[in-house]
Amino acid sequence: MSDMRFEAPATVDAAVALLAGAKGITRILAGGTDVMVQLHADMVEPELLVDIKRIPDLHGIKKEAGGWRIGAAVSGMQMMDHKEFAKAWPGVIDGVKLIGSMQVKGRATVAGNLCNASPAADSVPSLLASGAIVSIAGPNGKREAPAAQIATAPGKTSLAKGEFITSIFIPDAPPHTGSAYLRFTPRTEMDIAVVGVAVSLTLDNAGKCTAATMSLGAVAATALMVEDAAKALVGSTVDAAALDRLAAAASAACRPIDDKRGTKEFRIKVAGVLARRVAAIALERAKGN
Amino acid sequence: MARHYVSCRINGDETEYLCDTSQSLLDVLRDELELTGTKEGCATGDCGACSITIDGVLVCSCLVLGAEMNGKTIETIEGMAKGEKLHPLQEKFIEHVALQCGICTPGLLIASKNLLERNPNPTEEEIRFWLAGNLCRCTGYNNIVDAVTAAAKELRGA
Repeated sequence: MSDMRFEAPATVDAAVALLAGAKGITRILAGGTDVMVQLHADMVEPELLVDIKRIPDLHGIKKEAGGWRIGAAVSGMQMMDHKEFAKAWPGVIDGVKLIGSMQVKGRATVAGNLCNASPAADSVPSLLASGAIVSIAGPNGKREAPAAQIATAPGKTSLAKGEFITSIFIPDAPPHTGSAYLRFTPRTEMDIAVVGVAVSLTLDNAGKCTAATMSLGAVAATALMVEDAAKALVGSTVDAAALDRLAAAASAACRPIDDKRGTKEFRIKVAGVLARRVAAIALERAKGN
Repeated sequence: MARHYVSCRINGDETEYLCDTSQSLLDVLRDELELTGTKEGCATGDCGACSITIDGVLVCSCLVLGAEMNGKTIETIEGMAKGEKLHPLQEKFIEHVALQCGICTPGLLIASKNLLERNPNPTEEEIRFWLAGNLCRCTGYNNIVDAVTAAAKELRGA
């Protein structure tokens, strides 16, 4: 660790050049709440750390045509404090609020939560359910990818060597859209999801569901999109029968492991229970929009 | 290996230091600047003993690199009392016996001060949620919540 270089470039291009010039392991330092723990535990010995927080373009939550752009250096606390965004995508904020402590939220970024690729990451299911698209910079230029395609396995991402996320674009929620996220944990705070469920749904003026997405966390190697969520809810008023179908779809999509936080059977059962509860919250929020 | 030169403001004082890449801000505060009021508990961001603020944002100093701090404004527990005059939170922690061994106390005071700056009149629930990242293994928390509530009242002039 004594040979580790630290750089804090002022532009994305400079960061790309630094990363491209490194032969060994590199790490991006945004919030640092995962990287610092890995360094402390000697889990990784990077040749180069690139602090991206001195890049002005990577800061700020900006309203753009068609959606919201969240810079890769934006902390969870900044997202929670952004009233307009929090009103547009309460499900994303539900997830952010559950990440670590206030201290951790003061530093941790959603882009980092995505790149850390923990299956239990609390902000990720809502990002997936929102249809978020990430912008990526790297040695071969810039590209975009759905947030759902970033994590590929626990701790692994589809980002190539030298690539990093510069921002996350979350599309505008249509009128009468509600989103929500709940997780199951033994404690209310400072815990890791045993199961997490995010739902986003849109109603027409008559209160009938016209679109629905659901994403599950901690029940597979990565957060999952549940394609059958739309089949369960669209066309209904999100009534009891529709919620039964949604719960069944959630449980059917789970491919969990047994671990100290929960058994397979428990996770499959709880995914259904949470799907029902989350959809009910999303429905109330949709009616209020 | 070149060390990093950092210039920042700590508790109102212009401060300069040299650090290695691998040193956390907590290491710098304690080992380079002898500001040992900030404690190390877990060094993984779980216990809150190392809580400080950077540009007014509450963070764990164990999860920050010393090298990142150029131009930043840092507040630690050493800046809380003004000379001999304790901050109302410090007075109420003593009055309500909100500490026993004292290791968590600097972090809890910093976190509580940051809460009251954002929300001068927090409910008990808001206090407990805000302080969820500050672990205390002695008190059972009730006296801490009482102390913060009492300090908030005093600071509001109520």
